[in-house]
Amino acid sequence: MDLMTGSTRRTFLKAAGAAAAGTLAAPYVRTAGSAGRLRLGVIDHWVPGTNEVLQQLLERWGEANHVEVTVDFITTIGNKLLLTAQAESRAGSGHDLFALEFHMVPMFKHRLIAVDDVVDDIVAAYGPIAELSRQAAFLDGAWRGGPSPVMNASAATVARRDLFLEHAGIDLTEWFPAGDSRDPAKVDRWDWEAFGKAAAALHAAGRPVGAAISPVTDSSAWLAQLFASYGAAMVNEQGEIAADSDTVREALEYLTRLAEVMPDSVYAWDDASNNRWIISGTGSAIFNPPSAWAVAKRDSPDVARHLWHCDVPRGPAGRFRAFNSVFWGIWDFSENQSAARDLLRYVAEPEVVVAMLEASQGYDLPLFASHYDRTAVWAEAGPPAGGLYNYALRGDERTLTDGYPAPPEIAARISLQRVVPNLVARVTQGGESFDDAIGWVENELEGVLRS
Amino acid sequence: MRVLPPLLRRKPAVAVLMCVPLFALILGLVAYPFFHALFLATLNKAETAFVGLDNFSFLFGRQTFWMVVRQSLLFALVAVVFKALIGLAAAHAINTIPTKGQRKWRGMMLIPWVIPPALSTLGWWWLFEPTYSAINWGLTKLAVPAVPWLSDTFWARFSIILVNVWVGAPFFLIMYLAALKSIPGELYEAAEMDGAGPWQKFFYITLPMIRNIIAITTLFSIIVTLANFDIVRVLTQGGPLNTTHLFATYAFRVGIESGDIPLGAAVSLFMFPMLAILAFIILRNVRRRAASLA
Repeated sequence: MDLMTGSTRRTFLKAAGAAAAGTLAAPYVRTAGSAGRLRLGVIDHWVPGTNEVLQQLLERWGEANHVEVTVDFITTIGNKLLLTAQAESRAGSGHDLFALEFHMVPMFKHRLIAVDDVVDDIVAAYGPIAELSRQAAFLDGAWRGGPSPVMNASAATVARRDLFLEHAGIDLTEWFPAGDSRDPAKVDRWDWEAFGKAAAALHAAGRPVGAAISPVTDSSAWLAQLFASYGAAMVNEQGEIAADSDTVREALEYLTRLAEVMPDSVYAWDDASNNRWIISGTGSAIFNPPSAWAVAKRDSPDVARHLWHCDVPRGPAGRFRAFNSVFWGIWDFSENQSAARDLLRYVAEPEVVVAMLEASQGYDLPLFASHYDRTAVWAEAGPPAGGLYNYALRGDERTLTDGYPAPPEIAARISLQRVVPNLVARVTQGGESFDDAIGWVENELEGVLRS
Repeated sequence: MRVLPPLLRRKPAVAVLMCVPLFALILGLVAYPFFHALFLATLNKAETAFVGLDNFSFLFGRQTFWMVVRQSLLFALVAVVFKALIGLAAAHAINTIPTKGQRKWRGMMLIPWVIPPALSTLGWWWLFEPTYSAINWGLTKLAVPAVPWLSDTFWARFSIILVNVWVGAPFFLIMYLAALKSIPGELYEAAEMDGAGPWQKFFYITLPMIRNIIAITTLFSIIVTLANFDIVRVLTQGGPLNTTHLFATYAFRVGIESGDIPLGAAVSLFMFPMLAILAFIILRNVRRRAASLA
């Protein structure tokens, strides 16, 4: 599993294996501070039934450690998680431990206590954490949160294998088989142009592909992976505006063609719309974690058995998958920081991670490479058998977060202000010229960069 | 019988004491938030340094901000005009019904106004849902093309104005109805004897008699409409292309969601001088008319 931007799965596993071999034997020592009450605000999981398992695990830990654990599951729809964090951060009261998506850590870092000791213990036990996660949560020289056991997810291609075969002539199960028998030539052909051609054929057949181009998280995620694959960036690594480039124009040119074969409603989609779209049987592909499949399995099994998760198409600059790393941070106003630290250590234990992986039917992706070999959930989940195998990264995809490659604080603002979806919509829906749209986005980015 | 302390026997002292809860409410819920917002708007992004009016000057250089200004004014103007017209027509219609049957109509017409807007807007969202709109389902059955209610700039603006008018028109209705009922019937009888028709009665009796209520209702509605938040938040989140953002939703996006509280405060305070001037003009005219009638 590769979670390191700029590296492949093979190199990552080598590094992880070497580190893990030396540290797995290190004993885990619980501190003596666990007692009292602990209030958690965690993300309401998209996969039905996952919340209940997490609650049971946390309560069991609470009973064993004489801690009264209260868990609130907070939805991310309508940005409620962020709004709750904002309210608690400003009021200086609320939960002790709070779930933070990658873009929230920089925003609230001033109110999160450093948990270097916790993360160091976890890394000592289970090997290195994904570099992408380090970039998101290791800020100003300190870890601002520990890895969450849930909701770390990526936006894979989720496609109807039957429709792709029938209307586009692409057998996704052959291109992305459920095993280590990939044909590199076929994988290489899976680029945005091939995807666009398939999308046109599917549109003509009345079963379009769909991806939000609206002010919501899903839009930022899939557009981030597309822009990165063209080498297009809004702000570069040095924190300078880089939107006026040929690569941005190339990405916009491609999106102009792709948007023509997607439904007009994508400009008003929310984060659940793509799920509804594919579950209803109307759509043929979306970019999403397996939550759509999990709900379809329950509500629309005839659709679910045709859903195949596979790599994101590649562009001229490579193949990228948007990854949402989630951390559990401890507020500086928490009255039980000691117990919170212990809980962070507990939820990184392999038993917990694996239990949550299986409860979420493979939706959650661990942030430690060493955890990937402890479960066969992606290979075994179904129907269809093997449909989730390629949700865990298997090939040459590199992971990124929205706003890539800008520094974390700036990337977070690019993501939250929905800069890229608005830029794209100005061209594909508003009909603006590339130059006008880029002029607008540069003006917008000045606001993003202000200090 | 107990005798009140001397201080409480003085009427002015009692009056002041009884006003204390009101003063406390105004101080706590109006004055403090207002001055705190002013204070926040003068800080840098990290809220660590005083920057004076820099946040405002920064806003003035943003294209999106000026678009928000334009569409907030468009939204308020169109919505208030339609609310006033529909409210006036409905008030007249109800006023013509015999008194006995008016109650149920008044009650029914007030329903949109008394339901919490966030809840009723959610109902509207289901009607307008981008992919599975209930209205579009009906239109399609009638062989009418589906309407992109929330994904097209024109229709998204139309939708938020429509919902705002639906929520707000009953307020105008009830205010106008009360005003209509206060007009002495003798005026209409005298006009009829002089041969006045319905339009003449409307323009020369009704309108002048309810002019102050129209002015105050309009002022109040402009303030509330310009500050609207929930309808846009639930229906469009400011999209598509930021073309349905209002001051409040844009302030929320910039301040709360993007973590730039000082800039968000500056956006929301931008409304204040405009509304203050408007309120001053309208209330001055109301006072003058009231004085001339007296």
